[in-house]
Amino acid sequence: MRTLRYQRPEGVEAAVSAVNATPGARYLGGGTNLVDLMKLGVETPDLLVDVSGLPHHDIEELPGGGVRIGAAVRNSDLAADPLVRTRYPVVSQALLAGASDQLRNVATVGGNLLQRTRCLYFQDAGKPCNKRAPGTGCPAIEGVHRNLAILGASPHCVATHPSDLAVALAALDAQVLVEGGTGPREIPLTELHRLPGDRPERDTVLEHGDLITHVRLPAAPEAVNSAYRKARDRASFAFALSSVGAALEVRDGLVHRVRLALGGVAPKPWRARAAEERLRGAPATPEAFTRAVEAELSVAEPLRDNAFKVPLTRHLAVRVLCDLAGRAGGPR
Amino acid sequence: MDSRLLTSAVTLRVNGTVHRLTLDNRSTLLDTLREDLDLTGAKKGCDHGQCGSCTVLVDGRRVNCCLLLTVACDGSEITTVEGLSDGWSLHPVQEAFLARDAFQCGYCTPGQVCSAVGALREMAEGRPSAVTVGTEPPSGAAEIRERMSGNLCRCAAYPNIVRAVGDAAERAAEWWERTP
Repeated sequence: MRTLRYQRPEGVEAAVSAVNATPGARYLGGGTNLVDLMKLGVETPDLLVDVSGLPHHDIEELPGGGVRIGAAVRNSDLAADPLVRTRYPVVSQALLAGASDQLRNVATVGGNLLQRTRCLYFQDAGKPCNKRAPGTGCPAIEGVHRNLAILGASPHCVATHPSDLAVALAALDAQVLVEGGTGPREIPLTELHRLPGDRPERDTVLEHGDLITHVRLPAAPEAVNSAYRKARDRASFAFALSSVGAALEVRDGLVHRVRLALGGVAPKPWRARAAEERLRGAPATPEAFTRAVEAELSVAEPLRDNAFKVPLTRHLAVRVLCDLAGRAGGPR
Repeated sequence: MDSRLLTSAVTLRVNGTVHRLTLDNRSTLLDTLREDLDLTGAKKGCDHGQCGSCTVLVDGRRVNCCLLLTVACDGSEITTVEGLSDGWSLHPVQEAFLARDAFQCGYCTPGQVCSAVGALREMAEGRPSAVTVGTEPPSGAAEIRERMSGNLCRCAAYPNIVRAVGDAAERAAEWWERTP
């Protein structure tokens, strides 16, 4: 690890200007990913600006029925929040499906969204990787890619985004509140992360110095009936091979409202809009669910060793939608 | 660059004792505990947050201290496995591990014990896990397995670890107040 300076800023403005003034600066939240990447030599900041002490620790109910979550809220506290568990169970379930209690007790909401891919080549500073070292190539395309993308990848990068929380937030149309050099702004979570194209080194649309301060969940009555399901190589404490976050409201046997997002299969949390479109007004049956998810996955381009993710994702999504249809309208 | 900018003064309260240290900003809490404070209970297994053998309690919550920079823990209250016992009398979780023979080589055990102490408190607070159903108070072997999944044991002593944590959970009310 390289030597570095450490600062604990007084407020948001001081934090943003400190990072803006230093090209090699990074914000430090919980550090569960950043400190690891520093040990691996993937991240080499010369200044850490610790934002865990900024006043972004609250989970507040908003007048219109939504919820505003501070970026420094720990993953475990968000997962245990009564309001979130009741109104947005998909968020609590996604968090609890990720990492371990030790990590969730430290990891923050903002850091969770900005964590980097767990692609083996990205994490090995001795290997080529277009995301870590632009222009060096992508050995994953011919190499170890069983856990990598089937949707949205490019000839330059096939990495997946590892967050479970972001999948739930994508399904819910969450907004990300950002402070930067030019003042506050809001970014829809579905537009926060980028597809790699020919610039895989840029995970998000954020600029250097931009700081996530809050995430806002809009009111979504159907989210009361929502769920997250994840398939992985062991029963717990592993990244997703595929995951599904969904919310469903059925009226008179027909899909009235539906939200569907996929994780572990793309460079960003994948909002399944093609499937949602087909489902609105369709009968809430396993057959209709299957056809809709198949439409979403028709653009999948699996690699040599990850074609299994296509049927896996289909099964997961149909199963989650069936579960939600079975209990839609009733108490949970 | 002024080398003083690369270090920081840090105050930690570890197992009840206050320590004032000046440390390289890169120091992890695990290295500080082991190398500067001679508390070698927390183990460096993977050093990447993947095995749980470095688990300690920071302000009452279990964490992987290999991924925490010590400078970011300034002012924290830290309990390591060395701080769980009360003089010669072991912590009930430690007693349960002994009674159930919940280890073989013992390398992961300090992390397992600290993690179990944290897990039992989280369960008592009603915090959910991935296998918690509805808002029922969490209990049972499935809950313990899920909640202890951040602690790997290469000897695979898992069945007895689950039994030991279960025993300790049953007796939790007795020792709750004296657990840091």
